[in-house]
Amino acid sequence: MKSFYLRIVLLIGLAVSGPSLAAIDTYKFDDELTRERFYQLSDELRCPKCQNQSLGDSNSPIATDLRREVYRLLNEGKTDQQIKDYLVARYGEYILYRPELSGHTLMLWLAPLLLLAIGLIVVLILVKRRRAIPATGNLDMAEQQRLKALLSDAETSSDEESGKRD
Amino acid sequence: MKRVYLFVPLILFIALVALFAKGLKLNPTEMPSALIDQSVPEFNLPSLASEQKMLTRADLVGDVSLINVWGTWCPSCMHEHPYLMKLANQVPIIGINYKDVRVDAKNWLAKLGNPYVVNVFDEMGTLGIDLGVFGAPETYVIDRQGMVRYKHVGVVNERVWQERLKPVVERLRGEG
Repeated sequence: MKSFYLRIVLLIGLAVSGPSLAAIDTYKFDDELTRERFYQLSDELRCPKCQNQSLGDSNSPIATDLRREVYRLLNEGKTDQQIKDYLVARYGEYILYRPELSGHTLMLWLAPLLLLAIGLIVVLILVKRRRAIPATGNLDMAEQQRLKALLSDAETSSDEESGKRD
Repeated sequence: MKRVYLFVPLILFIALVALFAKGLKLNPTEMPSALIDQSVPEFNLPSLASEQKMLTRADLVGDVSLINVWGTWCPSCMHEHPYLMKLANQVPIIGINYKDVRVDAKNWLAKLGNPYVVNVFDEMGTLGIDLGVFGAPETYVIDRQGMVRYKHVGVVNERVWQERLKPVVERLRGEG
């Protein structure tokens, strides 16, 4: 019975779920490659109005306009880089989800590597410290005797204590 | 192990809290325009008043002015309009009627008053894209040579004018 309900819920879920690209336009492409490039660019370019959506995701008027612009530029035979440059010139670096490597984005690109390096250094230091402490369980003769002495001391003193209590 | 090291996580935590607190207060819609210190783009579009009258960049350039991007579909523009009426006698305001219906825009100006010296009718938003517009209202300050010198996203009101736009306009006027 439970699995029956589960199936129903899954079916409903399938029925109402949309395609991954929320915004659908009716663009005609000359060939498959141009279509691929269009979707790739729509995914990599950010909608300037809606902040956390790509051009392909967003239904806002500006995203629609920019998709039309990307389509127009593609048909003019522009390369991906030219199209990106065209939009960056108008909307700034912000429009790229994958910013170019340049002076002021250097930190953005290097920070993860830097943090990884710091993490590795910390781990190395900790490992080294642990190594420096002798971890062998073997005692030499002198140490064995001292251990025995300590243990028998402890025994006699605890005997004395229990004796007192009696 | 020194005791001081025990405070490292706490210090890191406080640093992160400070970073995030700052991030919360930043306004993500305030983006620097890519067009600052760039020329107003070339265009060839009809005026709002008449379909026959074509306007180009040369028609807008000459004086220190504001370029105001607006549309009747934009509620904030409605909110901004009365202040633009007041501002119109202090600085020339050039309108870009962005992605609008001509009749609606004309009616709006007839009913509420026209603060613009001229209005470009940008039906498809092409000039908007060249200007890097992503919503209305947006207001640009241009100098006498037709360079964009400042961009404000959002409504222009008394405070925005006094604190942001007016100082730029006055500086540009002084530049001669």
